[in-house]
This record gives sequence, structure tokens and C-alpha cells, in this order.
Amino acid sequence: MSDGKTVGIVLVSHSATVAASVAELAKGLAGAGTAVPVAPAGGTESGGLGTSAELVSAAAASVDRGAGVAVLADLGSAVLTVKALLAEGDELPEHTRLVDAPFVEGAVAAVVTAAAGADLAAVEAAASEAYTYRKT
Amino acid sequence: MLDADFFRRWMTVTAASVDREADRLTALDSPIGDADHGSNLQRGFAAVRTALEKEPPTTPGAVLVQSGRLLVSTVGGASGPLYGTLLRRTGKALGEATEVDERQLAEALRAGVDAVMQLGGAAAGDKTMIDALLPAVDALGDSFAAARSAAEEGAVATTPLRARKGRASYLGERSIGHQDPGATSAALLIAALADAASGAGAGDE
Repeated sequence: MSDGKTVGIVLVSHSATVAASVAELAKGLAGAGTAVPVAPAGGTESGGLGTSAELVSAAAASVDRGAGVAVLADLGSAVLTVKALLAEGDELPEHTRLVDAPFVEGAVAAVVTAAAGADLAAVEAAASEAYTYRKT
Repeated sequence: MLDADFFRRWMTVTAASVDREADRLTALDSPIGDADHGSNLQRGFAAVRTALEKEPPTTPGAVLVQSGRLLVSTVGGASGPLYGTLLRRTGKALGEATEVDERQLAEALRAGVDAVMQLGGAAAGDKTMIDALLPAVDALGDSFAAARSAAEEGAVATTPLRARKGRASYLGERSIGHQDPGATSAALLIAALADAASGAGAGDE
């Protein structure tokens, strides 16, 4: 458990609609009244499909409450952009992590876990564990 | 010796080649990608060119670090972080020196290529930009012209390969028979080194 500060969640998708919808879904499933800061960073700045480093940085800054930021990305340039920003060192808040997780299931697990007051490592573990959920 | 001027020329010549070849890069990206490679790189290198004109950095390393950073933030596709990492790591490896020699550039570029391989997880033969960059770095010890030929041959040699990274890898066998757009643009970047060294193409467009 962290000291009252909540882990922030950033959802990076090639599509603005997908990022915003998954954010809405995860917050909805976490239950009413959850105060987890979740920010979508979808698409390019001009509204097309792709990844915007600026949108990712702005989203991460907006959800940083001092307990760390967990970033989930869909694929390709979304993943590579987050990794490149992390390698840069100063473009994302301190204690920002790219979480290896399935996008939708991981986002739900991350938000629910963060809502329970878990720290960044626990949020990351819960999101990654979503890979083990089989559907058949 | 190569000074900051040379490295600015390298970037502006690359920007001009990308402008010239944008349609071809996008056409190569159509059957096996999402048909945006040319326009994405064009946007990125246009931003690089504008920034270099406005406030030119004074060391080789700073030129490349600034250019790499801009590519990450402006390209919008996977080539942004990949080329951005290539230039940034190469720039960082060059350090604060105001002039570097060809051997130092070759070593720095190798560090940059290593960083790209780590970022994207691609190895030689995966049908990516690495297939042009690795032979180019190996040949850079001989001459810029040799590096250019090696990169261009490397790009052409991606045609029979099956893609193992990126969107093209979902196509499996159907990715065979198409030259990789990333390897093609990487060859433009290396060719621009030779042009920047000979002074040709600098400042045009």
C-alpha cells in the first residue's frame, strides 16, 4: 500500500477512440467513486492513427500524483515511443514504467489495483498477470 | 575531421532525399505496411531541418541528439522512436567534441545501431532497417562511399526476406518479395553521409 497517493495510469493506443474508450471501460469496471487518475494518449496530434510523444508526455504528467505512473501501450510505435521516452530520462515523470500487459485486460487490472491503493510494483504485477487469463 | 557543419549538412541532405523519395517510401510501405513511411519521415526531417536552421547546435553530438529528439516527437510512426534513438545514441556517443574523425563516427554509429536493435528487438535478417544499417556500419571504416553501397545493397537484399518484426511480420510468407521500406530509408540516411562529405546536395531545396 502506498501512503495515500494513487498510482497514475496512462493508456497509449494508435487510436484516440480506443485509448479513451479503454480508459472509460477500466474506470467503469473499477467502480464508481474510484479516484485513480487515468489518462488516454491516443493517436497523433492531428487526430490520425499513430503515436504522439507529446500526448504521451502530457498524459503522464497529468496523472502523476507522486506514486508513480504505469503506462500501457497497444503495439508498434506506441510501445517504441514510450520506450524511447523512458530512455531519454527527462521526458516522463519520475517513476514512470512501461508495463508489459495486454492492453484492455491489463488496463482494467491496473486501474482496479491502483484503486485499492496498491503501489506501482503491485499495479504493474496485476496488469502483467492479465496475460495469464485464458478465454477457452 | 568532421565538424558540426558536416553533421548539419548530413541532416539537411537526408531531409532533401526523404522529400525526393517520400512517394517511393510510402509505395514500398503500402503492400506490407500502413502506407505512411514516406510522409511520416518527411514530417520528421522537415522539423529537424527547421530546427537546425533556427538555432544550429555547435557540436556534432548536439546536432544528432537534437535531431533524434525531434524525430521521436514528430514522426508519429514506429520509425520515429527508431530513427530518433539511432541519432540520439550516436550523438551521445560523440560526446562534447567540436570535431570528430571518421573512425569515431563509425564507432558512435555502431552504438546507435545497437541501441535501435535493443529498442525494436530486431536482428540481422528480420527485414528491417537493421539490414541496411549493420553492413553500412561495417563498411564505414573504409569510406562513406563504401558505407553507402553496403546500405543500398542491404536494402535491396531485404526483398526475398520474410518479415519478423513490425506490422509486416503479420503477413508471414506474403511479406516475401517486397523491399523493406525501413531498410530503404536507412540507405538514404547513409547515402546522405557521402553526399554531405562531398558537399553535394547541401543546402538545396
